[in-house]
Amino acid sequence: MKKYVCDVCGWVYDPEEGLPEEGIDPGTPFEDLPDDFVCPECGAGKDEFSVVD
Amino acid sequence: MNATLREGIDWVGYVDWTIRDFHGYTAERGTTYNAYLVRGKKTALIDTVKAPYGQHLLQNISALAPLQSVDYVVCNHAEPDHAGALPEIMAKMPNATLVCDQKCKDALSRHFDISDWKFEVINTGDTVSLGDRILHFIETPMVHWPESMFTYVPEEKLLFSMDAFGQHYASSQRFEDEFPLETVIQEAKSYYANILMPYGKQVAKVLQQMDAFNIEMIAPSHGLIWRSHVQEMFKAYRGWAAFRPKPKVLIIYDTMWGSTGEMARAILEGAALPGVEVQLIHIRSSNLTRIATELLDAATIAFGSSTLNAGMMPMAAAVLTYLKGLRPAGKAGLAFGSYGWGRGGPEAIDEYMKTMKWEILRNPLKAQYRPTAEILDECREAGKLLAVKAKDLAE
Repeated sequence: MKKYVCDVCGWVYDPEEGLPEEGIDPGTPFEDLPDDFVCPECGAGKDEFSVVD
Repeated sequence: MNATLREGIDWVGYVDWTIRDFHGYTAERGTTYNAYLVRGKKTALIDTVKAPYGQHLLQNISALAPLQSVDYVVCNHAEPDHAGALPEIMAKMPNATLVCDQKCKDALSRHFDISDWKFEVINTGDTVSLGDRILHFIETPMVHWPESMFTYVPEEKLLFSMDAFGQHYASSQRFEDEFPLETVIQEAKSYYANILMPYGKQVAKVLQQMDAFNIEMIAPSHGLIWRSHVQEMFKAYRGWAAFRPKPKVLIIYDTMWGSTGEMARAILEGAALPGVEVQLIHIRSSNLTRIATELLDAATIAFGSSTLNAGMMPMAAAVLTYLKGLRPAGKAGLAFGSYGWGRGGPEAIDEYMKTMKWEILRNPLKAQYRPTAEILDECREAGKLLAVKAKDLAE
């Protein structure tokens, strides 16, 4: 599973950790996040994220 | 009305004495849009002003140097109060290259026709030499927008910090030590609470980066320039960025026929313990800006509304919508309010507090039409609970 970075503010989504406070379980791949997922830091949408190499 | 920061570095901005409604921010003291001219072998303008005031900026610059001598215009932040005059400025400065990061260039292209502008796109760590002085750039995403950055001049130990450390404070003098420190910090607090509160994590990161710099002077893009109390201001910012609470209870309410107001005052009576500050705020006698400022360092909050049309009162909803967006963390609270026949006001507030992830100290306090003596006692007890919890959180 790959990490994704928000291109707007630099926040990183780590699928190992998920985002439990938003109801996203650890182990959830970025691709499986809901379409209305937004960056918890700046509110940017899913399409503003890019994969961390 | 220019002012000199260091030899060859001057304030050339605009003082907006009359503005009070700054996109909803109640700027009780007006504000300033700060721009700075740095002259050396090369000359750089740091930021501009809000659009209608470009002429004032041009006049201030012309008093110091010919417009065609400006080699660089640094854009630390693309928001219109600092970049709005760019089209006018760039048109009058044919030799100027606009210096900013890629995100800023993108944002400017969405605001203006930038096809005629020369750009130098920089990243953190890049520099521009003015001869004897070198501008260093540090990107500070989300402090306050994605493209925000600082410009640092190590030779002068001078930081151009854009919105960070700013205040909405119109004045004839330019430096913070020309005013009572408490007043300046209070305005900086109000600015932080209303503009930067959602970005505490990013602010904390930037503050940590600043430890490696040797800063003697901070020139923000609003309000007064810090030169005598830089460390005090850093200390205050560290506390705000961490949501470090004071032993302080906030009671915020709106009321139709006084019942919820009576409950609010009973909560106040109960909360007034030694060593605890309690603030009572009637929403329609206050404003969003003040409420957010008080919330910043409050530990616990009682939020109340009468029930209107099966929900809370509209201004109470407006306050909660605003506060939720500011993402105040680490708070504890409770809801209260009156109702007639249907339910809805206090319950809706309770739900809102849960979505903000505040610790809920008890189920909503409710009174049908008028609070009875028993309910007012319950309010006093709840006030005590808020005060004790506030002391705990502040330790």
